[in-house]
Amino acid sequence: MSGSPTASERDTDLTSRSAAGLAAAVRSGEVSAREVVDAHLARIEALDGSVHAFLHVTADVARARADALDAQRRSDGPESLPPLAGVPVAVKDVLCTRGVPTTCGSRILEGWRPPYDATVVSRLEASGAIALGKANMDEFAMGSSTENSAFGPTRNPWDLGRVPGGSSGGSAAAVAAGFAPLALGTDTGGSIRQPAALCGVVGVKPTYGRVSRYGVVAFASSLDQVGPFARTVEDAALLLEAVWGHDPADSTSIPTPCEPILPGLQRGVAGLRVGVVRELTEVDGIQPEVSAALEQAVKLLEQAGATVDTVSVPSAVYGLPAYYLIAPAEASSNLARFDGIRYGLRIVPGDPGSANAAAMNGATRHAGFGAEVKRRIMLGTYALSAGYYDAYYGQAQRVRTLIIRDFDRAYKHFDVLLSPTTPTTAFALGDKVEDPLAMYLSDVCTIPTNLAGAAAMSIPAGLDGSGLPIGVQVLAPGLGEAVMFRVARALELGFGFGAMAARGGPA
Amino acid sequence: MSELTREQVRHVAKLARLDLSDDELDRFTGQLAGILDHAARVSALDTEGVPPTAHPFPMVNVLRPDVPRPSLDRAEVLACAPDAQDGRFRVPRILEDEA
Amino acid sequence: MTAPDPTTPAVFTDAAALTDVGLDGHADGWELVVGLEVHVELATATKLFCGCANEFGQEPNTNVCPVCLGLPGALPVLNELVVEYALRVGEAFHFHVPAQSVFARKNYFYPDMPKNFQTSQYDEPICLDGHLHVDGVRIAITRAHMEEDTGKTTHVGGGGRIHDADFSLVDYNRAGVPLLEIVSEPDIRSSEQAKAYASELRATLEAIGVSDVKMEEGSMRVDANVSVRRRDTAEFGTRTETKNVNSIRSLGRAIEYERARQIEVLEAGGRVVQETRHWNENDGQTHSMRSKEEAYDYRYFPEPDLVPVAPTPEMRAAVRAAMPELPAARRDRLVGAWAITERDAAALLGTPGLADFAEAAVSALGARGGSARDIVNWVNGEIAGHLNETGSSPAALPLTPGGLAELVGLVASGTISRNQAKDVLGEALLHGARPEQIVADRGLAQVSDESALGLVIDGILVANADAVAEYRAGDDKARKKKRGFFMGEAMKALAGQGNPQVLNRLLDQKLEGNG
Repeated sequence: MSGSPTASERDTDLTSRSAAGLAAAVRSGEVSAREVVDAHLARIEALDGSVHAFLHVTADVARARADALDAQRRSDGPESLPPLAGVPVAVKDVLCTRGVPTTCGSRILEGWRPPYDATVVSRLEASGAIALGKANMDEFAMGSSTENSAFGPTRNPWDLGRVPGGSSGGSAAAVAAGFAPLALGTDTGGSIRQPAALCGVVGVKPTYGRVSRYGVVAFASSLDQVGPFARTVEDAALLLEAVWGHDPADSTSIPTPCEPILPGLQRGVAGLRVGVVRELTEVDGIQPEVSAALEQAVKLLEQAGATVDTVSVPSAVYGLPAYYLIAPAEASSNLARFDGIRYGLRIVPGDPGSANAAAMNGATRHAGFGAEVKRRIMLGTYALSAGYYDAYYGQAQRVRTLIIRDFDRAYKHFDVLLSPTTPTTAFALGDKVEDPLAMYLSDVCTIPTNLAGAAAMSIPAGLDGSGLPIGVQVLAPGLGEAVMFRVARALELGFGFGAMAARGGPA
Repeated sequence: MSELTREQVRHVAKLARLDLSDDELDRFTGQLAGILDHAARVSALDTEGVPPTAHPFPMVNVLRPDVPRPSLDRAEVLACAPDAQDGRFRVPRILEDEA
Repeated sequence: MTAPDPTTPAVFTDAAALTDVGLDGHADGWELVVGLEVHVELATATKLFCGCANEFGQEPNTNVCPVCLGLPGALPVLNELVVEYALRVGEAFHFHVPAQSVFARKNYFYPDMPKNFQTSQYDEPICLDGHLHVDGVRIAITRAHMEEDTGKTTHVGGGGRIHDADFSLVDYNRAGVPLLEIVSEPDIRSSEQAKAYASELRATLEAIGVSDVKMEEGSMRVDANVSVRRRDTAEFGTRTETKNVNSIRSLGRAIEYERARQIEVLEAGGRVVQETRHWNENDGQTHSMRSKEEAYDYRYFPEPDLVPVAPTPEMRAAVRAAMPELPAARRDRLVGAWAITERDAAALLGTPGLADFAEAAVSALGARGGSARDIVNWVNGEIAGHLNETGSSPAALPLTPGGLAELVGLVASGTISRNQAKDVLGEALLHGARPEQIVADRGLAQVSDESALGLVIDGILVANADAVAEYRAGDDKARKKKRGFFMGEAMKALAGQGNPQVLNRLLDQKLEGNG
């Protein structure tokens, strides 16, 4: 660095750097972990009042962690530092953090401090990354705008009148706004990729079973998956490699070793076969600029040496209805535990002397859950109830099989698939709150991947006419993360968005 | 698929142990009917002979050895509870037909 | 609360009716139909889905973790020993073990259930279509499946009764303890057969080492589905499910009570309500708990947090190779090797641990003398009686099998009499001292020395010359009486420690001889 920048210039520099860059700077001694953390905390302090990406900022713990890493560097040398030492990260509030409030954006868990850490949180800490706090989200990850948070919505850093997407809207906004170069989110039907697209950042939904779900408050157990947000494709890979891999505490965790992403990241796409999924591209109400961005992505890949063709995944159009049976059904069961007995909110109706446990349960759940959560609990309970199981849940699980088969067929001819991430760019706050089905439709392109248990990621693909980010989705077969990231990296180079995203936000 | 009635919604709310206001009952009856209408599209697909998928990656026999691990500290556990007494979670009286 | 059914008497009070309607199931035109649902807690070190200790009687809420407390985010991982135990049960009761079994969630709200669903098995259990034989009759066993236990609620105020309580306290130590539920077909036709089925089941589960099967402590819980029907009808009557039966004996009583109650209801023109009933040991009656008229909607679906169990040929072969001797085979072996009756062998196997105790005692006999039958007589007699009175178990007795062997040896060698042995055993059962030690401490050893005993008899005959004369002149009856008198005098002189056999022989010689 030349000259002597002011503190605020220095902060802006640090908060716009990549995770890889920050890790290198801390290792080399150019900056201390404490300086990095302070710069990000200062930005949160200055700007999060208007964005509301965080529900809870753990400034003291983060500074103490940074000081400990700096002390370790001094005493044991830079080689002793773990790979992400000193890199700030935002953690979606659906991940259990020992002793730190974990609310899932819900009144029913207000004040709950889990007595244990999620596996990904432990791994994050082992990687040297420093959690700055808990990111806002749609209540229990149910939503596509973060307006369903009981603690107020998150706003899109690109336009504060618009939603950041959801449910991991706080994580996406935190990365877009420069509050942290990295964030963890969860993706059940698009909850990482859709907000990543709307906030102009990279968001990855790994293969189901690749990242541990232990300590992830469950929404839909057979669909939920943790994944990273970042401003660059490389950063997303760094964070994913820090947290993924087999976990014996999660029975659905895949035991096979992970094929590393980073070594092949720059190999390019020459010779790769890319299929554009017709059913996820020709969707109702798609914004023309989104279609145009996808066409540009196709051109970029062809220029880089890939062959591109269209492909049909016919059953993908049934993804949305199948999802809205499977996910609420599992959720209705997963959320039954919130009953006012062991943790969280308790409401005892009427005269305490005549109270009974069932009435307490009902009143607690009435007061503690928001409208969308109640809707899905009702939907799921109905779908599982006697007489409807086969027609609803059972049929949806069979449709799931058909979707998996269709994708398998497509991957016989293609290495990766391509589609828009969302049909439109960020919509205005309040636009879809009263129309659940319209809200659900914003996940139409992302849901089939969750049902198939496969991998997919969203990467920024330019801006629309209003200056709002557009996302393109790269889909890969299960365990196909390495090839998926190669394609994403090629598109990143083509679109040149690494610089663009860092420029964005209400700085 | 059948029409969703207000009574059915009330019954489902009872199964889900979820009190609903009259207003919520009205609103949900309409909204759930709309969502179910959309979801019912899955029945259009012929799934004769298609097995259901419970797990995208078929695995079997994920087992752990029968070896004890430390339990949680009771004080920490009960500190989370809305009400506790004598080392136990305290709940209002339980009616017989609750189960 | 359930509205009382006007056709059902609130309480069945006429105990005499039990005998009026007949107990044998044949005399009165009614046939009893019983199916048993047995829950056994498996004897593992840890719970079904987490590493918390599976122990009885700990401080409340100390054996809990995120998994068994159902904390948000926690996930289950199946205990491999539970699968092994389930496969042992599969072998022991001739079950079909399907290629794959899956866990399912049974959804309902109850405060003792941390997740408000029970992780159980539903349409794909680990064991299907088994059976066992009781007294030559084959009883089909529908299924056996793995599931988790619930926590325990204590009702405070209102005399501890659930609906009168002021509030309840919940302890989740038992939540997640592994259970195996074993469900029989309604093949049982008498209370005796039900008891025999439960006994055989218990003995077999004990033999294969999967549970400590203590009905009093709840590690084996038997629920009885009871119905009656007219002898000439093919379809089953409406059944009730009776819970809270804490012993094999109570099982028989509860079934008999339910049978008589249902017959009385039906003969009065009423109908039996399908419901859960609670056996009360004190008043000897079953009481209505809740009506099952409105079927529960448990919304079962496959547990997405667990993967299927698919027992491999290797797993099954390992279990088969390690199968111990089962009670039926053991009974046959003991009858043959020890020359005891079927009844004695059945009694040994009817109490957990008793046959093991007897076998250990027999092998400790060594060169001491005495027979296996002697051992079995003591075990099925005094020792079984003591266990009954005290509620103890053979393994917990202060008397060791080696101690019993000593006792039998002492009697066989003539050191003590059988009557003395009873006293010695009584003391050994209470205080645990070894029989040889007790005999030595109390100076109980019999006097068998012929010259010493001969001198004592000589002295008595001389001192009672009149009696001797009367003996010799008397008829059989008088002689017998006098002989008893001499024997008594001799024992008195010997403080009861004279060897009666030797004394008898010497007395005969001296009275009949030249004396």
